[in-house]
Amino acid sequence: MRSTELGAGFFALVLALTACGGAGESDGGGQQAADSAVGVTKDAVVIGTHQPLTGPAAPGYSKISVGARAVYQAINDGGGINGRKIDYRVEDDGYNPTKTVEVVKKLVLQDKVFAIVGGLGTPTHSKVVDYLNAEGVPDLLVSSGALAWDNPQKAPMTFGYQVDYTREGKIQGKYIKDTFAGKKVGYFTQNDDVGRDTQAGLDQFVKDQAVVRQGYDSANTDVTPQLSALKSAGAEVVVCACIPAFTALAILAAAKIGYHPQFVVSSIGADPATLSGLLQDFAKRGGASVSSGQLLAGLIGTGYLPDVAQTSDPWVAYFKGIHDKYIAKEPFTNTVLFGMVQAYTFGQALKAAGPDPTRQKVVDAMSSGALKGPGLTPFGFSKESHAGYTGAYVFKINPDTSTTVIQPPAVTDRGTGAITPYSGERATPEQVNLVSK
Amino acid sequence: MSVRTELPETRVETPKRRRTPPPLLVHALAALGALAVIVLLTLVTDEFTNLRIATIGYYLIAVAGLTLLTGLTGQVSLGHGAFMFIGAYTVALLVRRVPTFPLWADLLLASAAGGLAGLLAGAAAARLRGPYLAGATLALAVGLPALTRKFPDFLGGSNGLSFTVHSRRAGAGVPELRWQTWIVWLSVLLALVLVVNIVRGRLGRNFRAVRDDEVAAALSGIAVGRTKILAFLVSAVCGGLAGGLQAFLLGTAAPGSFTPALSLSLLAAVVLGGLGSLWGALWGAVALVYFQAWSEDLADALHLNTDVANNLPLAVYGVILIVVVLAFPRGIQGGFHRLGVLLRRSAKQKENHEKH
Repeated sequence: MRSTELGAGFFALVLALTACGGAGESDGGGQQAADSAVGVTKDAVVIGTHQPLTGPAAPGYSKISVGARAVYQAINDGGGINGRKIDYRVEDDGYNPTKTVEVVKKLVLQDKVFAIVGGLGTPTHSKVVDYLNAEGVPDLLVSSGALAWDNPQKAPMTFGYQVDYTREGKIQGKYIKDTFAGKKVGYFTQNDDVGRDTQAGLDQFVKDQAVVRQGYDSANTDVTPQLSALKSAGAEVVVCACIPAFTALAILAAAKIGYHPQFVVSSIGADPATLSGLLQDFAKRGGASVSSGQLLAGLIGTGYLPDVAQTSDPWVAYFKGIHDKYIAKEPFTNTVLFGMVQAYTFGQALKAAGPDPTRQKVVDAMSSGALKGPGLTPFGFSKESHAGYTGAYVFKINPDTSTTVIQPPAVTDRGTGAITPYSGERATPEQVNLVSK
Repeated sequence: MSVRTELPETRVETPKRRRTPPPLLVHALAALGALAVIVLLTLVTDEFTNLRIATIGYYLIAVAGLTLLTGLTGQVSLGHGAFMFIGAYTVALLVRRVPTFPLWADLLLASAAGGLAGLLAGAAAARLRGPYLAGATLALAVGLPALTRKFPDFLGGSNGLSFTVHSRRAGAGVPELRWQTWIVWLSVLLALVLVVNIVRGRLGRNFRAVRDDEVAAALSGIAVGRTKILAFLVSAVCGGLAGGLQAFLLGTAAPGSFTPALSLSLLAAVVLGGLGSLWGALWGAVALVYFQAWSEDLADALHLNTDVANNLPLAVYGVILIVVVLAFPRGIQGGFHRLGVLLRRSAKQKENHEKH
C-alpha cells in the first residue's frame, strides 16, 4: 500500500535528520568569543535578571528587584558607570524553571543583554547555567546559596552572591552545638539544594542531636503535617532552611498546634520586616490577626549583610538615602537591601572592567578579589573560587522586631574546615565611591 | 426528543471515488507543506521568535491530544499536564542515564511512557464520567509531580533535572534554536498526521459516537469502554511527546513546570481554539504562547504597579476566553468557519446579483 510506504519514508526522514549520535553525547559546543561586548553601547549597558514576581516565592522575593532598580537609578542619575547608564530588564519567571529558561533566552537572544545579574532561585537558575556558559554570557551574583554556582572549571561565567548553604549550615550547627548542647534538633528544609546543602553543613556539628528531618515543597503551602512531625519527635530547636513565605508558614503552623520550639532560620528567610509583613498577610487570609512581634521574638537567624535596623552602619545609611529618594513607598527591609547590595556590587565590577567593558573583562574584575562589598564577611571571589560571601553572623529578633547580633561574623569554607571569627575592615561608601552624588 | 431532519450523507463507493488519493498521503503531503512553511518562517525570524514557534509546536500536539479526548470523545481531563510531566522526565532520564540513545528513540519512548500512563488512567477513567472524571484527572496533575520528592536522588527532588540535549551535528551551520525548532515541528507534524488519520477514520467516528450517546454507540456495536480507553491512550501519547519535546527544547524537567495550572491552561486552549477541531488546537496553542507574551508586554508598557502587572496576563487571558466563547461558542476555529461561510454566501450573492 502506497500510504504505508509513504509513512515509512516520512519516518525514515526523521530518523535521518535526528540520527546524529546520541542525544546526550556532547559534540563540543563552541564558547563564543569572550571579548564580545554584546549589550554595551556608547551610553548604555543592558543587563537582565529573572525574578519570581508571581508564584510561591514571590512573597518577599518580589521586592529584591525593586531595591536593585533603585540603586541602578541612583547610579544612572549620578552619570552612570564610565558614562554608561545601566538598563536593567527584569523578567518574571514565577519560580517555574520552564519559564526561567524561556525568559533567560529572551534576555540573551532578543534583549541582547551584556550579563545576567542576580538570577533568583536554585531550581530555576540551575536550568540556565549551562546555557549561559555555553553562550559566554556573564552570570553574576546568583541569588541562591547553592554550591553549584562555585564551579569555575565547569561554569567560568557563573558567580555566587550569598553565603552558600553549607557554610551557613556549619555556622548554624556550631552555634546550636555550643548554645543548645544536648537539646533535640529538628530540620525543616526545602526539598532541593537548599535543604541538601544546608544539612551537609549542619550534620558536621549536630548530627547526633538531630532527631527528625522534614522537607517541604514550594508548591504546597500546607506545612502543618511537617510541623506536627517535628512536634511529636520532640524537637526543641528547629532549623528552618526556608524561603520567607515558608518561614512564615512554619511559624504560623507551629503556633496553631501549640508548638513553641527555638527556630533557627537561614539568611534567605530570616528578614524580620519581610516576615512580619508575611505573617500578618497570611494570618489575615486565614481570618485571624496575629502579633508578629510576639511570634518572631526570640527567633534566631543568620545573616551576612548589615541589618537595616542598624542605622548607624555607614552602608545602611547610604542605602537608606537611595531608598528614601527613589522607593520611599516600599518598606525598607533586608530583602530590599539584598537587591541594593547586589546591584551595587555589579556596579563595582562593571567599573573595575574599565572604560571599554567586555564580557571577559567583567568576569576578570569579578575574580580579581578586589570587590569590597557592603557585606560583613568578605566575598570568596578569586580565580579558583566563585563563591560569594564566605561567612555569617548570628542574630536574635527582639520583641519589637529589631535584631541583636549574638555572635559576630565568622568565616569558613564549604568543606570541613574550621570556623574562624572575621574582623576585616569594610570599605566605606565614600572609599568605594561608585556614584558621585 | 428531537428529530433529526438531516440524514447523514450516505457514502456510495463509486469507481471515481476510489481514485482519490489515500488520506494518509494527502495528510503527509500537507504536513510536508506545513514543515516547509515552518522552516521558511524560522529563517525569516530571529532566534527568540524561533523558540516561540517551537513552543507553539509542542503545545499544539498537547492541545491536539486533549482536543481528541475532550472535544471528540467528551471525556474532560484536568490532568493533561501529568502526561507532559511523564514525557519530560522520560527524555530527561534517558539523556542523562543513556546518553548514547539517539533523540528520536528518546522521543518515541517519551510518547510510549505517556501512552502507558494514559492506558492506566484511561482504564480507570472509562468507569467515571463528567465531574468525577475531571476530579480524578485533576488528582493526577496534583499528585504525579510529587513523585519527584519521593525519589529525590533519581528525579532530582523539587530541583528537577537539567541537562543539555545535543541533536545537531557539530558545525551544522544552523543556529541551535532554529535546528531544535525544526526537530520539534517535524515530530509534531508526524504525530499530527497520525492523529488526523485517527480522527478521520473509523476510530474517530467511534469517538464521536461515544461522545454523542453512549447507549446508542453501544447498541451499534461499539465497545464503549475500549473506545474511551483508546482515546485516553492516543491523547496521552500526544501529551508524552509534547513533554518530551519541551524537555528537549529547554533542557529541563522540574516539577514546578507541571502544576495543575498547566493542565487547566491546556484545557482553556482547547476551548478557546475550538472544541473538537484540530485546527482549533493550533489557534489554542498560538493563543497560549502569544496572548501571554502580549499581555506581559502590555503590562510592561503601561508601567503598572507590580501587583496589577503580575495578574494582568491571566486577567487578559480570561477576558479573551470569555469574549471569544460568547461571540463564537465553537472557539476561534468556529469563528473562522462562520466567517468563511459568510464570505462565501456574500460572494455567491454578488455572483447571482451580477448574473441578473
